[in-house]
Order: sequence, then C-alpha cells, then structure tokens
Amino acid sequence: MHSFYSYDTGFHIRDCALVRLSTGVRVQTLREFRDALERVPDGSIYHHFWGRFLQPQFDEPEYNNDFAAWAYRCLHEKALAERLSVIDPTWFEDIEGLRRELLERIEDYLFEKESVIWARTDEQFYFVQSQLVVLDTGKCMVHPRELVTNLPEISIGSVFYHFIDARRRTEGKTDDFSMWLEAFGPEYRALSEAFKSTDPYFSSLKAIRAKLAQECDNFFMDR
Amino acid sequence: MDLLERYSDVAGREVVDHLRQLSAELRGMKVVHVNSTREGGGVAELLAKMVPMMNALGIHATWEVIEGTSAFFECTKGFHNAIQGNTVVLPEESYQEYLRINSMNAEKLEDKLRDADFVFIHDPQPAALLKNIVDRKGKWIWRCHIDCSRPYRPVWKFLRRIVSDYDASIFSTAEFVQPLPHPQYIIAPSIDPLSEKNMELSWGEVEGVRKRFDLHPDMPIILQVSRYDRFKDPVGVIAAYRIAREIVPMQLVLAGGGASDDPEGEVVLQEVKKAAAGDPNIRVLVLPPDAHRTINALQRAADIVLQKSIKEGFGLTVTEAMWKSKPVIGGDTGGIRLQVIDHYTGFRVQSPEGAALRIRYLLFNHGKRVEMGRQAKRFVRENFLLTRHLREYLALMIAVFHGFEDRIDLTRN
Repeated sequence: MHSFYSYDTGFHIRDCALVRLSTGVRVQTLREFRDALERVPDGSIYHHFWGRFLQPQFDEPEYNNDFAAWAYRCLHEKALAERLSVIDPTWFEDIEGLRRELLERIEDYLFEKESVIWARTDEQFYFVQSQLVVLDTGKCMVHPRELVTNLPEISIGSVFYHFIDARRRTEGKTDDFSMWLEAFGPEYRALSEAFKSTDPYFSSLKAIRAKLAQECDNFFMDR
Repeated sequence: MDLLERYSDVAGREVVDHLRQLSAELRGMKVVHVNSTREGGGVAELLAKMVPMMNALGIHATWEVIEGTSAFFECTKGFHNAIQGNTVVLPEESYQEYLRINSMNAEKLEDKLRDADFVFIHDPQPAALLKNIVDRKGKWIWRCHIDCSRPYRPVWKFLRRIVSDYDASIFSTAEFVQPLPHPQYIIAPSIDPLSEKNMELSWGEVEGVRKRFDLHPDMPIILQVSRYDRFKDPVGVIAAYRIAREIVPMQLVLAGGGASDDPEGEVVLQEVKKAAAGDPNIRVLVLPPDAHRTINALQRAADIVLQKSIKEGFGLTVTEAMWKSKPVIGGDTGGIRLQVIDHYTGFRVQSPEGAALRIRYLLFNHGKRVEMGRQAKRFVRENFLLTRHLREYLALMIAVFHGFEDRIDLTRN
C-alpha cells in the first residue's frame, strides 16, 4: 500500500501540475502514425490517454484518447476511431503492453484498407509528452467521512492525481480513494465500488469531482 | 485586497491555493523576464501581470526591456514575419545590427542576468543576449510567442543557432515547435481577468464608448481588435462585412494600435483605410497602447467578434472576447484552433465568404449567439486565465530545475 494512504496514517491529499513537452514527432498518414507509435517515449502514450485530462478540452470528449480522436476528426476513419477508443489502458501491465495493443489494432486496420489514409497538412498528429510535478497539500483525512467535506474542495490537480493518475500507479489499476476505503473493511465497500465504477474517460475533472462528491453525500446521508 | 486574493475571487480559491503550493519550491529564487517593449502587444500585457503575480508568490521576479534602434526593430519585425512564414530577405547589416543591439543591452543587464536563477527571454528580439552572458548561473528559457510552424528557412537558420544554446524553449502550441537540441515545452498564453482590458465594466461606460465613436445604438456591431498587420487580415474582414451587409444591416469596427516594435503597421493601416473608404458604417480606429478600457468596452458592446487571422500566434484578442461572452469567428489557424471550438464557442473560417456566412448566421440566431458566448466564457475560465498560465510556468521551472524527469515528486523531499 502507498505510504500516503493507509488505515493507520490516513489519506494524505496530494496535488499535481502538468507541463507538456513536444516529442518532435508528427505524422500525417496512418502508416507514419503506426511507425511513430513504435518509437515514441512511454510518456507520450501515457499523455495521450491520461495527461490530456489536464489540458484544455471542451466538455465531454467523444473518444477516450487522443489517438482515436485524431483518427475520427482528421483521418475521417470512424471505424478505426471506434476500435482505438475501446482500449482501456488499465488492461495492461505497463505502457509497453498498451503500445503493442495500439500497434496491433492499427496494423489490422491497415491490412483491411488498401488505400493510403492521410490527414491534411494542417491536421497532423503531434506526439506530446508531459512532466508531472507532485505536491503535498498538507491535508490529511483520517476517516472516510472526511471525504464529504474534502472532496468538493480538492483541486482539479488532486482529482487528476488520485483518480486518474492512480490507475498507472496502483496495483489494482484503480483510484486512490477506493483503495483507501477498502482498508476500512466491508463497511465502506459500497462507496469504494461506486468510485470504481465511475468512468473516468468521458467527462472533465470538475465533473468527476462533482460525481464523486455526490456518491459520498449519498453514502453518508443516512449514516 | 491582496493580489492573490483578488484572483481567487475570479478564478477560484483552489486555483490560487494550488499556485501557493507549487511556488513554495521556488520561493526566494530570482527570475528575470526580458522582452522588447513595455507597452503594446500581448507579451507586454502578459508580463505586466505575470511579474507581480510571481512576486506575490514569494519569487523575486523582475521585467527588463531591451532598447534598440529603428534599424534593429525593422530587423526584428522581419524576423517576426519570417518566423510566421513570409519570405523576408534581410541584408547582412540587419543581422549585424541585431547582434550589436543585443550585445549593447547585455552589457547593461549583465549583472541581473548572470545572477538570475531563471531567465525568460520573450521572442526573437532579445534572444542573442544569451551569447553575451558567458558565466550564466541559472537556467535560460526562450519563450516564442509567434507561430513558428513553418518559418522562412534562411532567417530561421540564423535564429536557430542563437536559441539552440538555451536550456529549454516554450512554444504556444505543438504545431509551432521547431526541432531544437533542448526540451521544448508547450504552454498556451492567457488573459488577465482583472486587467483593465478584461474587468467588468458598467453599462454606462460601455454606452459612453459607443457614443464616443458614434456607433448606431440599434445596429449590430461586428468587431475585430488587432494590430494593423497583414497576418490579421483586416482587409479580409472588410470584405466579409461587405458580403454580409448585402443582407443584414450592421456596422464594423476595426480597432487597433501600433506597438513600438512594429514599423509596418502604418502601411497596413493605410491599406485598411483605403478599403473602408466611403462606408459610413465602418470605423477604423487607431487607439493608443493604453486604451485598454476602451477596447474592453468595444468588446462588450459588440455582438460578434472576429479574428480573421491568416497566421496567428495564439490570438489573445480571441480569449478576451470569449471572456466577455462573445462568440468569435476566427481564422482557422494557430492558437485560434485551441480556443474557437467550431459550433461551440464560435466558428472557424478560411475565407471572407465563410466569415460572412457565420456573421449572418449568428445575427439571425440570437439564442445561439448567447449560448455560444456562455460556453466561450466558461471555456476561458477553465483554461486560459493568467492563473493557469502561471501554474504552467511554475511547473516548468520546477521541472527544469529537477532535470526533465517524467515525474517530479516533491512530497519525497
């Protein structure tokens, strides 16, 4: 278990800030995209699945990763976008596994299609990576009930770190909150399950925060 | 009220708390920003706010402005145009003047620059300062505010030699990044919600500005605010207005000013005046660099705001208009794409005809105009305020300081 959340020491609320970097890799055709995917750093694949949450995006994204969104908007290949968007990165042990899966699906698609699939010059895909700075907020929760007051107040960076980024860090590929709740035994299992079943992909971090806070309110209302 | 408290009222307490936590790591460090103009243009406006904010967070930030000759600014305007893709052939003397002025300014700023923990050099004008400060203590970062997606190669080769020695560079979007031998960060610019240009204004003040420029109270106002610069396509805006006006009565306001580092502005202004001649419903305004409240009032008075740029770094005037709940019709280029989400916060267009079509649509659909304006304001609040920009600068400084690792965990300290 992570040192910042345990039954004994409480849940230390972390925060984070993300800054984006160019990888210098840009592609215009699907075949170039496939070749680039093979060599871009792990951090870039992470960013296009997860880091995107902390950068400007309008409301609910249609696809759960930037690759699928590009396939749809710029390559105009809806079927490919659909195939890429069902990939859940938590299925894989590491980014390398995720990379292999992406490559498989793109190669299958290239095999099926005989024509050259390309985007306009001004709609190329730019592979980006990010650096994450993790901070301690100094706040600590010792009892799950404190989620009721703390969750609506935590920053967007904290939501990202504990609910999104946690999927890369935790053994169960889930969020920090539900992992912490499980340490308290069956009493909080329903809340933990409610957190786990909140789909992280299709809303903004603000909306996720509101949803989690609502789950807490509902859970503790009669307790 | 404390500066940070004021931002917390507009952007949210959590946002300011976040800045405080992030800056704890950098407290007491010396940061110097350098650019080439104190007034006029988005960079000067940004620094006028960014520097006091950094100071309020306990960082010793200062802002230095280099001085130059008219030949120097002619040369750097050429650089600016060349970076944006124009073919600009500069004589050898221009390059020499550029280097001479940088060397002269380096002598003057030497002590401050050598001792700083971080030096942010904004745009190409002061970029060659670095070569003149040999025993640099801190990290030097080149901040390119210009659309650098397809620079004119001969000029870029010269500049590339200069900026390659920096520790890192920052571009406004991924599309603008050019290959350089150091980490290249991507940070979108921002607006200051508390500045005179973006603060709330009374109805009376907005009305006063409308009367001052003799704008008809019952006719829709279409507005473009930008320097008189060919990349902003003011003549294309007039063309769009003329097409749309065939059907709907309206008035067009083009509001711009010069910046002290933009000698080409006067030429473009004359072209615009010529294109507008004879139409009583077009106002071509030349405003002084400190006319922030006037611009604010014009943006609030407008029904639709245009930014029909052919090339655009980021387009802070787009952000400003969106912050005032206006739908924006913008050129499909550069940073406008990050802000104008087609059919949500406005429309992106590629021609005067396209702009005319969208003007007509928005003037016809009042409900849509209001809805898009509301969405535009929310989008800016969440993504393009100064507080977000500052957050990314702080994160970048920590990242550069810690050596470009994927994950910098300050909780382990």
